[in-house]
Amino acid sequence: MSLAQPSHTQGHAAPHTAAGENWAGWLHGWTTTVDHKRIGIMYVLMSLVFLVIGGCEAMLMRWQLAMPNNDVLGPEAFNQLFTMHGTTMVFFVGMPILIGAGNYLVPLMIGARDMAFPRMNAFGFWITLFGGLVVYFSFATGGAPAIGWFAYAPLTEHTFARSAATDFWAVGLIISGIGTITAAVNFIATILGMRARGMTLGRLPFFVWTMLWTAVQMLIAIPPLTAALVMILLDRQLNAHFFDVSNGGSAYLWQHLFWFFGHPEVYILILPVFGIISEVIPVFSRKVLFGYEFMAAATMAIVFISLGVWAHHMFCVGMNRTLDLYFAAASLLVSIPTGIKFFNWLATMYGGRIRFASPMLFAYGFLSMFLIGGLTGIMLAAAPFDFQLSDSYFVVGHFHWVLIGGTLFGTIAGIYYWYPKVAGRMMSERLAKWHFWLLYIGFMLTFGPMHISGMLGMPRRIYTYGPETGWTLWNQLATLGAVVQAPSYLIFIYNLVVSLKKGKPAGDNPWDAWTLEWSTTSPPSSYNFEETPTVHSRRPLWDLQHPDDPDWLYE
Amino acid sequence: MCFATGARRNCHGTACRRSPPAAACRASNRSGELRPDAGGALLVALPIASAQSIFDPASPATESILNLAVLVFAVIGLIFVVVEGVLFYCVWRFRDPHPAPPDNPSAAAAGPELVEPPQAYGSRAIEVAWTAAPTLIVLFLTLSITRTLWEVEAAVPATAPDDNALYVTVTGRQWWWEYTYETYNGRKLGFITANELHIPLSDADQPRPTYLTLESADVCHSFWVPRLGGKMDLIPGRTNELLLETTEAGLFLGQCAEYCGAQHAHMLIRVIVDTPQEFESWLENQQRPAVDDPDVRTGRDAFLSESCVSCHRVRGTPAKGSYAPDLTHLMSRETLASGMIANDPDNLRRWVRDPQSIKPDCLMPAFGLTDQQQEQIVRYLETLR
Repeated sequence: MSLAQPSHTQGHAAPHTAAGENWAGWLHGWTTTVDHKRIGIMYVLMSLVFLVIGGCEAMLMRWQLAMPNNDVLGPEAFNQLFTMHGTTMVFFVGMPILIGAGNYLVPLMIGARDMAFPRMNAFGFWITLFGGLVVYFSFATGGAPAIGWFAYAPLTEHTFARSAATDFWAVGLIISGIGTITAAVNFIATILGMRARGMTLGRLPFFVWTMLWTAVQMLIAIPPLTAALVMILLDRQLNAHFFDVSNGGSAYLWQHLFWFFGHPEVYILILPVFGIISEVIPVFSRKVLFGYEFMAAATMAIVFISLGVWAHHMFCVGMNRTLDLYFAAASLLVSIPTGIKFFNWLATMYGGRIRFASPMLFAYGFLSMFLIGGLTGIMLAAAPFDFQLSDSYFVVGHFHWVLIGGTLFGTIAGIYYWYPKVAGRMMSERLAKWHFWLLYIGFMLTFGPMHISGMLGMPRRIYTYGPETGWTLWNQLATLGAVVQAPSYLIFIYNLVVSLKKGKPAGDNPWDAWTLEWSTTSPPSSYNFEETPTVHSRRPLWDLQHPDDPDWLYE
Repeated sequence: MCFATGARRNCHGTACRRSPPAAACRASNRSGELRPDAGGALLVALPIASAQSIFDPASPATESILNLAVLVFAVIGLIFVVVEGVLFYCVWRFRDPHPAPPDNPSAAAAGPELVEPPQAYGSRAIEVAWTAAPTLIVLFLTLSITRTLWEVEAAVPATAPDDNALYVTVTGRQWWWEYTYETYNGRKLGFITANELHIPLSDADQPRPTYLTLESADVCHSFWVPRLGGKMDLIPGRTNELLLETTEAGLFLGQCAEYCGAQHAHMLIRVIVDTPQEFESWLENQQRPAVDDPDVRTGRDAFLSESCVSCHRVRGTPAKGSYAPDLTHLMSRETLASGMIANDPDNLRRWVRDPQSIKPDCLMPAFGLTDQQQEQIVRYLETLR
């Protein structure tokens, strides 16, 4: 689509060198671009900036909790910090970084020249960013909202949250939700309509398959959240009474609406990562993905089952035994397709020749840690056990294990894997090893002890605790872990920046990978492919390298 | 680690680690009832003494939950060992014997044309096998969960004469607990107290269950005393129920487990389990109106003439506020500010002068009393036994 826009071609080929030559032109190029690759890069950069902000918020909280009865932060500041930390990490780091990766990669992987709706794509990015800025603008009202990221009514009603911070929070999330919806529509249209010749749905690269289903899930999950946010705004601004019990509303309703979004959201944050891992493991094990069809079916099964498990976040609200049992059993069912995925990844590694370059190192981190997050999830799904664990630090440990051990490790594996394609240069492997080990050890040290303090009765979201509780040691270990983790992010960012200029030139296909994005130049030109490719199997580049033994004989 | 029950409040630090191993400790405290302390054994080497530990159940419900927990631990522990084992085996056995140099990880540097390993595209038989195995585990866990659910979530019977049951309505408020004692043993009680919940000791021959009706006056809260029961939320507009029953006397600690605003961290719960005799005499005292001591008449007048009365209630006086803790028998409580500080004269004085310095953002403001007024009011409060 952008053949007629030469400035983009030039700008993308060397965005970092163009800066010095013509700053205004460079800025104009990036802000007006409709190139899916530049939009993808901006999504990822935005997410990394918010990751640093959210990380700083977390460090402040760990500082406060390092000592019993600490007074570094008061209750107001602490409560604002965990609200903003959660909101930031879910809506402005997790989702946009995966949408950004999908934006960059999906057209390249299916042999298309751009997303189906390039202008809507740009709109989606800018409005997501704008939503984030609106949420953060709440600080200008005298303080961020102190409602927790799931904002249980009626704490969000005007009676209890008087400043406009909560309004900015809700408006910001509605706005960024529009961006998410446009991205979802765009992914579905692109993947269904713009695949290269010969690329049937059954031959989609696995990451594209997971992006397709993630998009479907976004379309289902985001609207209930938007509706709920509109309702709370109506309550706050126009005295509607949706969640106002004293006027016949229902506070309980919010919980159902929120978690009907909130649980699929968890899978929105992990499915694309399953896709990334399913690309990285085969390439670095030098083997085809084991059991593609079963992996594909398992992805769909996770999407459908996860739409019916939301109330496992609400076991303590006093449902009846039948509902508790249903939601427990349904939640356990998710572990079956997830297990299938896990076994297939292991089978892919089995008998391979595994190269532990940075992407595989982080993929290993993902496998070893996500398993634990999944298993503690089984503990939480056991409803009566959850009566004890729910809303305790155990839950905090669990979901960070899934979101960092799963989503973050997998996403970083993807960044190390595709960086050479995006930048045309390799990242430093030496720094990547430092990054990995500091993060791996620091992460376990931060979130492992939280499982224990939770089982010793420490509820989440308390700004302080007494010395007699027996929680001090576990909190100090967690804070120590945060201190170990923090430099790993700095090393990562340093590596990203320095490798732009100093990295070894990558060539088209440095990892000897098999999907279409590796058949074009690094970085790809704005039109991606000189001629649209034709594929005959799931690994077109394998077929090219092994004309005597192509994949399509076996699929 | 120490699960000693009678002295558990003092059971911290070194004294704790010197105490007997968990199983023996437990047996000696459980009137001869010997059962393996599986949850504790898992963590026996760690300093996990806490008055709010879920590994030290003191009620049928929490024991039932711990039994399920141990089962789930065993199942996921097995899965963990097997799957991580296979992962480590793959990593160790199949790693590339000719790794690329670290400064050039790209495949081209990996040496001469290496032959790719054999490609395995999948196997229906294997897929069916590793779908069936987790399905069986899920089925097994679901059945276990069902059993525990039916044990834990008991129906609450209606109050009846001589039922030996206590009925209390718990109202969650920002950031304290209001307890309305409804009936005991079929007897109507009808008094209100705050923050310290007294319940009668149950025993095998004569169960004395306490049924809590949980409501909220403002936002969502959650009632959690880990040794006595799982969490149950207090949600405005809904009524929930929770059974507390224990054969262990003493103090049980807990706290609000649903974020409820600024002082969520200091919405602490204290459940005091009294012997039936102690409980009867406690009830008797609580049912009486406030003491009217002529020695502190000036303090009483000062209290009643200030805005204290618009929020607090002292039965037998014109103070009929219903927004803040009932003070009728304030001095029968061990703590102030929802379990945050000990109820001693110094703390009481500090609290009356400026509650915000103790519990920032709590709903009681400093009233700017003169030293004299403050002293009189504190003297008066100290007589409310």
